[in-house]
Amino acid sequence: MNIVVCVKYVPDAQAERTFDSSDNTTDRANVDGLLSELDEYAVEEALQIVEAGEGEVTVLTVGPASAADAIKKSLQMGAHRGVHVDDDAIHGSDAIATSLVLAEAIKKIGADNPVDLVVTGMASTDGAMGVVPTMLAERLGLPAVTLASELEVDGGSATIRRDGDTSTQSITATLPALVSVTDQINEPRYPSFKGIMAAKKKPVEHWSLADLGVDASQVGLDAAWTRVETFTARPPRSQGEIVNDEGDGGQKLAAFLGEHKFV
Amino acid sequence: MARPTPPLSPLHLFDTDSLIGEDDRSIRDTVRRFVDDRIRPEVAQWYESGSLPARDLAQELGRLGVLGMHLEGYGCAGMSATAYGLACLELEAGDSGVRSLVSVQGSLAMFAIWKHGSEEQKQEWLPRMAAGEAIGCFGLTEPDFGSNPAGMRTRARRDGDDWILTGNKMWITNGSIADVAIVWAQTDDRIRGFVVPTDTPGFSAPEITRKLSLRASVTSELVMDEVRLPGSAMLPEAAGLSGPLSCLNEARFGIIFGALGAARDCLETAVAYARERMIFDRPLASYQLTQAKLADMTLELGKGMLLALHLGRLEDEGGIAPAQVSLGKLNNVREAIAIARECRTILGAAGITTEYPVMRHANNLESVLTYEGTSEVHQLVIGQALTGEAAFR
Ligand SMILES: Cc1cc2nc3c(=O)[nH]c(=O)nc-3n(C[C@H](O)[C@H](O)[C@H](O)COP(=O)(O)OP(=O)(O)OC[C@H]3O[C@@H](n4cnc5c(N)ncnc54)[C@H](O)[C@@H]3O)c2cc1C
Repeated sequence: MNIVVCVKYVPDAQAERTFDSSDNTTDRANVDGLLSELDEYAVEEALQIVEAGEGEVTVLTVGPASAADAIKKSLQMGAHRGVHVDDDAIHGSDAIATSLVLAEAIKKIGADNPVDLVVTGMASTDGAMGVVPTMLAERLGLPAVTLASELEVDGGSATIRRDGDTSTQSITATLPALVSVTDQINEPRYPSFKGIMAAKKKPVEHWSLADLGVDASQVGLDAAWTRVETFTARPPRSQGEIVNDEGDGGQKLAAFLGEHKFV
Repeated sequence: MARPTPPLSPLHLFDTDSLIGEDDRSIRDTVRRFVDDRIRPEVAQWYESGSLPARDLAQELGRLGVLGMHLEGYGCAGMSATAYGLACLELEAGDSGVRSLVSVQGSLAMFAIWKHGSEEQKQEWLPRMAAGEAIGCFGLTEPDFGSNPAGMRTRARRDGDDWILTGNKMWITNGSIADVAIVWAQTDDRIRGFVVPTDTPGFSAPEITRKLSLRASVTSELVMDEVRLPGSAMLPEAAGLSGPLSCLNEARFGIIFGALGAARDCLETAVAYARERMIFDRPLASYQLTQAKLADMTLELGKGMLLALHLGRLEDEGGIAPAQVSLGKLNNVREAIAIARECRTILGAAGITTEYPVMRHANNLESVLTYEGTSEVHQLVIGQALTGEAAFR
């Protein structure tokens, strides 16, 4: 099984995140970054699949030099090799351009050894659009089975469980396929000390847009179909709503939870 | 250092990360994450109930590679001394009890076997202990002999090829949960160490309760009533008090870093609290008296960290003398407990609860101040190094 996991390097959600005021893109320079937590589930799931059978996990990231950290962390967890696509022209790319670069990189990875499965997280913790997986599947001509809270791969197919508000679906796709996974699917491992030391010897390839045959005009801020016009900081959290219990506290509570779709 | 925009964390201000190599930082980060996910959410409850899921924790820590991490071979991770110290720091930022579990397992019980044991003893115990499947304890202290272990009354006598072990040990971390106890005893031929499977008839380890410190840690008495052991149970390479002292040196090294973890957690908690807490219509953090406290504590934390990293580097480059370990243990534990107590004042009444980690850390550090050589003993070690005069007795 040859698996590619797409991972993203994102600003730490614990830190104070902001935008770069010069071009309204995410400020990545002044906030410490890390492997998007939602992508850890994708790495873990891929590792579990190859550990239960055989195969190799390649982690792929598109991002600036600092994004090497996301690959490093994935290799420390146990992935076998990394591919880092880094090109100044990519700065400011939207989901459409990102999916293009990822697709070309996956084609190149699969040139020698065909890719059976592409695994992604459900969304990034910074952009949080969640559209890249389907765009990527479309570009690669793969079935997209998204938001998996369970994944079973056997022989030539992948079966997922998707938990919806009103139903649970079981969906099967033939391989090769793309699967995006939720944070319910597993418990990502911590990089063990042995994993940390082993990661240093694992191969990481560095590709530019030219290596992928992608023209710079197709990516970046200028090619983006969307752009951030303005941004304002979220107002400080306001006082919560206090409900006085006049015998109907339970009902009010249930109504509140229902209204906000908590239940 | 990235553009320094306030607020900065105390150690960020010192930029101590720039003194730590990449591997050591990765190891530190993975332990920190483990502590954030696994220890922090539950430790207050463990502390209040006076219990902790030691077996589960040991296995999880084993999977990470923490147990005996600074030892080579036999399933151990073979990391640097500095990495070991940093792991202790992160664990103790969670709770000194969890760090104690790890110190005793790796630096006392495993190290004793690794350094002084026979090949068979190593093969039998070290891989399982590194994996956290077997838990170890280390019995040196006795009810009447703490700072002067040379006076110990526990005795091992020969009976044919066997040994018969009799005596009591006191204040033994991990005692009641251990699969194996390293017990030090007087013999006709000096003090010797014994590898005692805890299911050996005559051995029992009642837990010591009613503790007000290190409550998320198991502390026990070891009772040995004519415990019969095969001749092969003795650690062949340790004779005299230098045997156990060599192990203590390892554990003390971990504490030099560890204590700073507790202090860091207190200080970060106090800073965050002071920024939020409104007093006379202003944040507590905006008062000069508060800032003076925070600045002074930051200095001591940073200086302690610089000392720890310096000693770590010396140890990695060839080893540090026991008196140098004493410098670190004395300073860093003493400053850590002072920081914890000062932070408690900033939290006011909230500081006395388990809602915040501060008083839990302060109480824990009372034990850390006492075990692995009391502060007074370390003063005497340093005093002897300076004057050539031994003032222990
Ligand atoms: C939570 C906890 C866990 C522990 N775990 C272990 C363990 O796993 N294994 C183990 O073997 N032990 C363990 N210990 C025991 C610990 O090492 C001893 O408590 C320590 O060595 C001090 O001994 P003591 O308590 O008998 O104090 P004492 O030796 O009676 O000391 C009492 C006081 O006298 C002072 N003093 C001693 N000698 C002198 C001197 N010459 N001059 C001036 N003052 C002096 C001491 O500094 C101290 O202030 C643990 C202790 C605690 C609290």
